Amino acid sequence: MVNRAFQRSLPWLFPIAVLALWQLSSQAGWLSTRVLPEPWAVLKAFWALTVSGEIWQHVATSTWRAALGFAIGGGLGLLLGLLTGTFRPAEMLLDSSLQMIRNIPALALIPLVILWFGIDESAKLFLVALGVFFPIYLNTFHGIRSVDKGLIEMARSYRLSGWQLYTQVILPGAVASILVGVRFSLGLTWVLLIVAETISAQAGIGYMTMNAREFLQTDVVLVGILLYALLGKLADLLAKGLERWWLRWHPGYQEVAAA
Amino acid sequence: MTSLSSALATPFVVAKAPTRAAGLPGRGGAAVHARGLFKSYAGRQVLHGADLHIAPGEFIAIVGRSGCGKSTLLRLLAGLESVDAGLITLDGEAHSQHQSDIRIMFQDARLLPWKRVLDNVALGLPGRDAKERAREALAQVGLADRANEWPAVLSGGQRQRLALARALVHTPRLLLLDEPLGALDALTRIEMHRLIERLWLRHGFTALLVTHDVSEAVALADRVVLIEEHRIALDECVALVRPRARGPASAAYEERILERVLQQPEGYAQATALLPEPRPAHGLRWAV
Repeated sequence: MVNRAFQRSLPWLFPIAVLALWQLSSQAGWLSTRVLPEPWAVLKAFWALTVSGEIWQHVATSTWRAALGFAIGGGLGLLLGLLTGTFRPAEMLLDSSLQMIRNIPALALIPLVILWFGIDESAKLFLVALGVFFPIYLNTFHGIRSVDKGLIEMARSYRLSGWQLYTQVILPGAVASILVGVRFSLGLTWVLLIVAETISAQAGIGYMTMNAREFLQTDVVLVGILLYALLGKLADLLAKGLERWWLRWHPGYQEVAAA
Repeated sequence: MTSLSSALATPFVVAKAPTRAAGLPGRGGAAVHARGLFKSYAGRQVLHGADLHIAPGEFIAIVGRSGCGKSTLLRLLAGLESVDAGLITLDGEAHSQHQSDIRIMFQDARLLPWKRVLDNVALGLPGRDAKERAREALAQVGLADRANEWPAVLSGGQRQRLALARALVHTPRLLLLDEPLGALDALTRIEMHRLIERLWLRHGFTALLVTHDVSEAVALADRVVLIEEHRIALDECVALVRPRARGPASAAYEERILERVLQQPEGYAQATALLPEPRPAHGLRWAV
């Protein structure tokens, strides 16, 4: 029992030690508050922002942007991936162009995006959607193409065709690959959003952080950074939950669920 | 070639068990006629004028060395591939019109890993009572208590029994078995032989088994057909009473057929063994 408790606490040991050292060095005056505020101050700032309700407004705005950008980019990626994965002519027509666009870093487009969309919501959504599009597109395409040909042949010999074949054999066969794309994209969403929100914004975690920097409120800057980490982790947990549900037939995921 | 001509000249003698006639739950077997089948892959001749005639309800086994074209013949009969030349009929009509009467049991069970056992059986089954019929078919192969499990947890023998239930629930009139027991251990194979024979006697479908195991062919089939040099080279009736037990009579059949298979010149056999199987390679496989 003791051994098990020790094993469980093991992953926490290192971060707690770092936090303790950090707190100590701040109190001893080795670390200037301008460089890094003490953990206790960050916690207090977080509490103050929570009580005033300010933080919820920013979190809600950022989450909405992330969700909408992800839905637009991911939805288009899924749709086009299904299209090019299923129909050879669509692949011939679109794939090489998409591969070319994929190699442009989304953030390199910021000047153009500002010219096109100005600095309001649509610019931020465009950046997030563009970045999220490709991982989902590529993994959907790959997932559809790598469905076991033997299973498709079997299903055809059992008189399955068209929509039935697609929903019962091809799509479930591609789900594992699509979900890899989803998890990858969710990570990217927050990275892109941080940058997009620093362009110019009236609300959002990025705005809160940039604003705090102007007033040298390093504790609030840290709260913002931690919020991104927390929301990113939450999104990943959501994706993992989807994996467990959709891939519950898969022995590789059943073990994870049991552990 | 005397064996070929004599086999074609003799009328089909089918040793039917007495239990077959009464109360068939199936729709009976289909008569299958294949004449002058030609098929080649990328310029390589696989079948060259093969003829095969199967009486309704007959159990045929096709044997031959690997790469001889026996699986190709099955795929042509199944309609998975089209002939270069020749004609295949079911009950006198083009077999493309009878696709719903034909079911295949593949070497690798080809179960959908994301569907539970019961839903795998109900695949492509129309009607409101699909689940009920699927449950019945599962009971027939002794898997009724596994209905709600994932295929991944089944053993090799159970997976093939599930595949058999999935084929039988459609009450096929022609069941094609493509080396379905090749990957099973000896004991499971014997169990499967008994199960297949019992269900065949009960449902009365026409059965065609492709195998490289001569003793399996003798244990199950009314007639054993050998494919050699791209055509039918031997057609041997197995006049043993059912249910069959291993004994001197079956051993004599096995020996005679094996001897005939091994008559082929050594060099030819090696050359064919080196050639890849005519089946298309499968893509990425699920790790189940």
